[in-house]
Amino acid sequence: MAKEIERAGIPVAHVCSIITISQTVGANRIVPAVAIPHPLGNPKLPLAEEKELRRNLLKKAFAALQTPVEEQTVFS
Amino acid sequence: MSYAKPHAGVQPVRHQWNRIPVSEIGFSSPTRLENGKLFIHIDELAELLQSDPNIGDVRFEIARPGESVRIIPVKDVIEPRLSLIPGYPGFPGVLSAWDPDAGGVPSGEIASLSGMVVTTVGSIVGFQEGLIDMSGPGARYSLFSGKLHLVLDITVKEGTKRHDHEKTVRMAGIKASDYIARSVLNGPLPSGSRETLTNPEYPGSPGSPKRAGRNGLPRIAYLYMLQSQGLLHDTYYCGVDVKTMLPRRIVPTEVLFGAIVSGNCVSACDKNTTYHQQNNPIILELLRRHGTDWDFVGCVITNENVTLGDKQRSSTLSAELIASLSPDGVIVSKEGFGNPDADLMMNCSKIEAHGIKTVLLTDEFAGQDGASQSLVDSHPKADAIVSTGNANEVIVLPPLEKVIGDDRVITELAGGSNKCRLPGGSVAIELQALIGSTNQLGFERISSRFK
Amino acid sequence: MAATSRNRKTRIVHYVNQFFGGVGGEEKADCEPFTIQGPQGPGRLLEKMFREENADVEIVATVVCGDSYFADNQEKVLRELIPAIQGHRPDLVVAGPAFNAGRYGMACGAICQVLEPLGIPSVTAMYKENPGVDQYRKTVLIVESANNVTGMEDAVRKMVRLCIKRLRGEEIEFPKAEGCFEQGIRKNYFHEEPAYRRAIDMLLRKIHGEPFDTEYPIPFFDRVEPRPALADLKGITIALVTSGGIVPKGNPDHIESSSASKYGKYSLEGLETLDAKTHQSAHGGYDNTYANEDPNRVLPIDMMRELEKELGFKPHPWYYATVGNGTSVDNARKFAKEIAVELIRDGVQAVILTST
Repeated sequence: MAKEIERAGIPVAHVCSIITISQTVGANRIVPAVAIPHPLGNPKLPLAEEKELRRNLLKKAFAALQTPVEEQTVFS
Repeated sequence: MSYAKPHAGVQPVRHQWNRIPVSEIGFSSPTRLENGKLFIHIDELAELLQSDPNIGDVRFEIARPGESVRIIPVKDVIEPRLSLIPGYPGFPGVLSAWDPDAGGVPSGEIASLSGMVVTTVGSIVGFQEGLIDMSGPGARYSLFSGKLHLVLDITVKEGTKRHDHEKTVRMAGIKASDYIARSVLNGPLPSGSRETLTNPEYPGSPGSPKRAGRNGLPRIAYLYMLQSQGLLHDTYYCGVDVKTMLPRRIVPTEVLFGAIVSGNCVSACDKNTTYHQQNNPIILELLRRHGTDWDFVGCVITNENVTLGDKQRSSTLSAELIASLSPDGVIVSKEGFGNPDADLMMNCSKIEAHGIKTVLLTDEFAGQDGASQSLVDSHPKADAIVSTGNANEVIVLPPLEKVIGDDRVITELAGGSNKCRLPGGSVAIELQALIGSTNQLGFERISSRFK
Repeated sequence: MAATSRNRKTRIVHYVNQFFGGVGGEEKADCEPFTIQGPQGPGRLLEKMFREENADVEIVATVVCGDSYFADNQEKVLRELIPAIQGHRPDLVVAGPAFNAGRYGMACGAICQVLEPLGIPSVTAMYKENPGVDQYRKTVLIVESANNVTGMEDAVRKMVRLCIKRLRGEEIEFPKAEGCFEQGIRKNYFHEEPAYRRAIDMLLRKIHGEPFDTEYPIPFFDRVEPRPALADLKGITIALVTSGGIVPKGNPDHIESSSASKYGKYSLEGLETLDAKTHQSAHGGYDNTYANEDPNRVLPIDMMRELEKELGFKPHPWYYATVGNGTSVDNARKFAKEIAVELIRDGVQAVILTST
């Protein structure tokens, strides 16, 4: 899906757990997430830490959107 | 004092497998097998099962091949078996304590009932449970339509949490199978077939052949992938949740004893029921022609976890373990679909990087029109694939006379939808919803090709 | 033949371009559509070959259109031609053969594709490099032809034989066997041997260096040019899209837990966060306990709201969700294309896509 949205002209940051799939399918800006059942969370952490984790993942996504890339890039 | 027993050493582990056929099931007391007819004392069995406080109610039904019966929603299918080896129990680590790392698997005998299975159904726990049709167009897609079923329709007590619900039903099926096996296979065995299966030697044993196969035979290994993605998507080896495990070798005939148990209904079509694990056809075939057509050098089990880090680690370790067996080639079977395609490709590419050839067994999700891309991941080294069919292909199932379980859930099953009911009572449903239809251990004959 | 024909001849309508319609060459490619009674040009050969196969067939009309006119006015032409074709009550439509003529092939493919769902079977023919092949092969039966008119007889003969089968109502299970291009569609079938045995056989051949055929050829994935980076986030409209299936509680659009056939568009107005009371996961491919407890773990609205205030971007008031579990790649692509159109129309300048 990332590819099609980008093809239409909108930059996309793809936050996903299994980045090898994202790489194969072709998204350009990839942000590795935590795990499949909770990509932007971690139920093992106390809430405050979990929110901090989520904030940092999103900030990486924003950083990815502001970074020029030539080819598929993973922002970890 | 306990100490790790020395491993089997030079002698390979040998198991004699006695298969006792069952031709009919009935309910009567006591539980017994008479001339191939299995009679079950259901009150006794119900009492045994209800010792689990989570169980609200259990109902028992029988389904026979050819009957106009639909069983839905299916959780698991299990074949009753009894280990005849003192100290080595059936369903090791599940019904009784067994630690595969505290001692080796002993050689000996095992007995099973063939032609009948215990099947668990009950109020829906998750999206991806499926159905078995005993006749009609759906029947040809799964070997289960050819079995006699004792169906346990289980209701749990209100308020039972999902994780507990799943475990309760899982254990009930295993306990029921065990009850039947102990009742009927303890003592002199009725006549049936018997075969001896000899496992590969432990790789480190003195005299075990290394690179060059015995008599020029090709050396073949098997990498057995197990689903481990969380609630309703888990598998257990000797009672241990496979997601917490590192890849490891097993003695291939361990599967006969129920060492691998299913806790997943990951998508009915490609979930390995416990029956599938107990009867793994890849392991059986590799064992049966071991020493004549090839050298079966060993079997490694691995998981399919939900983080990239775990996938990378498991695939690296699996490839190294496989490589240490010095095979010429490896069969790799997958369980489930979607992100496990990534595990499959990692396993394939890392094994091939050791110079070892791979063949992969996988099903496809190519869309209902077959026009879409079948796997979510790929690798150029995955050049030898056996397809167990496109699970998205739609078939029309007519209404059957009797439903065991609850077929209102048919629109909630993976492969169903709120549009799938047709006028006249038929349902247009994807193969995805039929238990075992695209099983990736390779039981069935369905495949897919380009039109 | 066709259910309705009995004693009457089977009715066929033939589509051709300006050249085969006798109007002229490239200089007449802008000619508007018109109809000739009976067969024209290759239509006569078609009728002759049907007779040779003992098929009682009449080409009742030949519909002609210039290749450029069709290409430049496709929607309008189809709106006019399709009812015209239907008006002749054909049992089947033949288009072309188009050989290597690109616009002609595209026109033939477009017409055939529209006719199929209307219940009118159709057949066309092209050369393998005709762009019409790639575009239409999945949904249209395209006979493989040579690249120019020297292959006319061969192409027409194959088309005639295929037409006869279609008129009999036969399902064309394997187009390649009928001389057509493979449709690139996966079709299930029952093999003689169970899969485990096929796997072992394939491995033995691979080990011994013998040739083998994989049952699923690994596909090639195309790449998209990355969009330029955003200079600054201030004032930029950012939208969220998820394939993790986060939907309003109750899943009002009934997005399927697997093989999703649709996506949803949901409002974020007034929402500072998501919780188990208002939202849920419809995705059946993972343990969705954690996502149901706190949907922000898949669709991070709580943090987006905080970061909006800090970083100054504008949140798009709608988010899009589908379930990426066993959803065919083609469907995912289709959803994304439609979503992209709306996003662009609504002035969205960047997207964060979350997947499980």
